[in-house]
Amino acid sequence: MKRNLWMIMFAAVLFLTAIFLPYPMLSLSLYFIAYMLVGWDILIRAGRNIVRGNVFDENFLMTVATIGALILGEYPEAVAVMLLYQIGEYFQKRALQKSRKSIAALMDIRPDTANLERNGSIETVDPDTVIIGDVIVIKPGERVPLDGTIIAGSSTLDTSALTGESIPREVLTGDEIISGCVNIAGLLRVSVTKKYQDSTVTKILELVENATRHKARSEAFITRFAKVYTPLVCGAALLLAFIPPLLFAASLSAWAARALTFLVVSCPCALVISVPLTFLGGIGGASRNGILVKGSNYLELLSKAETVVFDKTGTLTEGTFRVTSIHPQLLSENALLYLAATLESASSHPIAKSICLHNKIPIAADALSDMVDLQGFGLSAVYQKHRYYIGNQALMEQHGIACPYCPHTGVVVHLAKDGQYLGHIAISDHLKSSAKDAINALHSEGIRRTILLTGDRTDIARQTADILDIDQVYAELLPADKVAHVERLLTEQKDGYLVFVGDGINDAPSLARADVGIAMGALGSDAAVEAADIVLMDDDPLKISTAIRIARRTMRIARENIVFALGIKALVLVLAAFGIANMWMAVFADVGVSILAILNAARALRTRYATQRGESL
Amino acid sequence: MKKTFSISDLNCAACANALEKKLSTITGVKSVSINFFLEKLTLEADDDQFDVILQRVKRVVDHSFPGAVLT
Repeated sequence: MKRNLWMIMFAAVLFLTAIFLPYPMLSLSLYFIAYMLVGWDILIRAGRNIVRGNVFDENFLMTVATIGALILGEYPEAVAVMLLYQIGEYFQKRALQKSRKSIAALMDIRPDTANLERNGSIETVDPDTVIIGDVIVIKPGERVPLDGTIIAGSSTLDTSALTGESIPREVLTGDEIISGCVNIAGLLRVSVTKKYQDSTVTKILELVENATRHKARSEAFITRFAKVYTPLVCGAALLLAFIPPLLFAASLSAWAARALTFLVVSCPCALVISVPLTFLGGIGGASRNGILVKGSNYLELLSKAETVVFDKTGTLTEGTFRVTSIHPQLLSENALLYLAATLESASSHPIAKSICLHNKIPIAADALSDMVDLQGFGLSAVYQKHRYYIGNQALMEQHGIACPYCPHTGVVVHLAKDGQYLGHIAISDHLKSSAKDAINALHSEGIRRTILLTGDRTDIARQTADILDIDQVYAELLPADKVAHVERLLTEQKDGYLVFVGDGINDAPSLARADVGIAMGALGSDAAVEAADIVLMDDDPLKISTAIRIARRTMRIARENIVFALGIKALVLVLAAFGIANMWMAVFADVGVSILAILNAARALRTRYATQRGESL
Repeated sequence: MKKTFSISDLNCAACANALEKKLSTITGVKSVSINFFLEKLTLEADDDQFDVILQRVKRVVDHSFPGAVLT
């Protein structure tokens, strides 16, 4: 690179001297030396490529254009084109290197080593060699190399590289921590729960690196366009050189000069480089904000979002339920809770977990038999020779069990034994603090409608929607109903796309069915994260509008680049055909446009998007 | 088996696309993708033949881009 720069500068000096020298023979030889200085590597590459049949490559085109100019006796033109081309290439490489570095910096979350505790001593090893159950030690200032559970120590973690959240997170013994965070304060001993290849950090990097494979439409368009563009322009150049002289006896050299100008602009590189780079920048910038985008195409779809459909629990609410009151009939409060916890012990539903968490009496997990999971209703199992039902009101009604009205908002779990009503437990969930701002932000971004789909009771769902200003609510849905609603809503779309935001296993089909599925990454089930197109690492619903803004900005930059690069090239082609544009302009239209497009694409990398946080609830 | 290699000194994105297409026609290559910006080449091929196929890929890369380094 450095050597190239000196070579270019030396050639430039020779070139300028040659222009002002009054001796034609001397300046001619200076031109020749300058041309060879800046052009020799291009000539060699072009020669090699011709032998291999790669005719339409940049080197070949520049060689033909400049040699053509030399034959026509336009020595200064030939040298200037080669010189400007090399200068342009130099800056283009610099710009590209810079963007590459910023992208690499964005993804600099890969841990190099892990401190493995083995037989009482600590070894520094490759994270790849650590297995599940191994104990690693993370010192202050180090990056967490693998996912795991803290078995000793407490600290604060900087999660900003993963979540975009700048406030450090407090962690204590027993907490799960994910790889990629930086340990700020204390020494941590961690029991590893995932192998390196399954760890969060590896998954994130794979996602981002592979994201560009799902090409956006504009990207695919450019790739296809580039393939026909060069042969087309070269063909036009041929016609331009020979048709007018043959038909109208015009001067061959004048038209040949115009044709050579065509060749200089015929390389599609500005487009081929800048558009995918824009998307990569957008994806990189999003990942720095804790938003993982699995493909460029999803940015394109998201930028035209029209409807946003939400799941409620875990998406707009914390997803952590707490038992608020216990209303037994016949039994004591503790006895009812104990029974409920026993029945729910095998379930992974958040409501079940909250009941188990609230119960303080140890339960015998193997006491249950013949358990049936009645999705959307609750469950039933045999315990101590009695058939128990636990679940919502609909479940009770199904079995003809009368249950009293409960005035508590939140979820009410009813319990019955052999058709006899035992009582109910009220549980409630809290809205996420940013939920209201999230919906407001979406409305102000121009989202036409927001919709809530939930398995929850109608009155709770309606109350939530009212607080949050959500336009439509569909409640008491079974998992299958959610997909059906998403499908119906899809047919109601005008010209935008439908976004579904969810977190649970039951949301996975809807996430996959929607135009764009956004999953809550930290709380979300693996199935949801897998099925989604975009993952929010910190579960903050406010990030949905941030993602939309990033998507729109990325699309705008990509469009700018397409219009700009194509526009300038078309302009120069037209001007050249009429003999107005010269080769100098053509060089600008080639490399100059590339550089500007790369610089413009680099804007998509901008990492800080202010999240519009207003009054929190 | 899928493996990722770093590939440097590719000239331009258009050349990378062309190379990717060329490599995908090599017998035994299940899928191949080149990420020009991250300078990475991902190759997928059958396990037992992987090394042989990798050699073929390397030869084509050397032939098309004498400056490019595949590691």
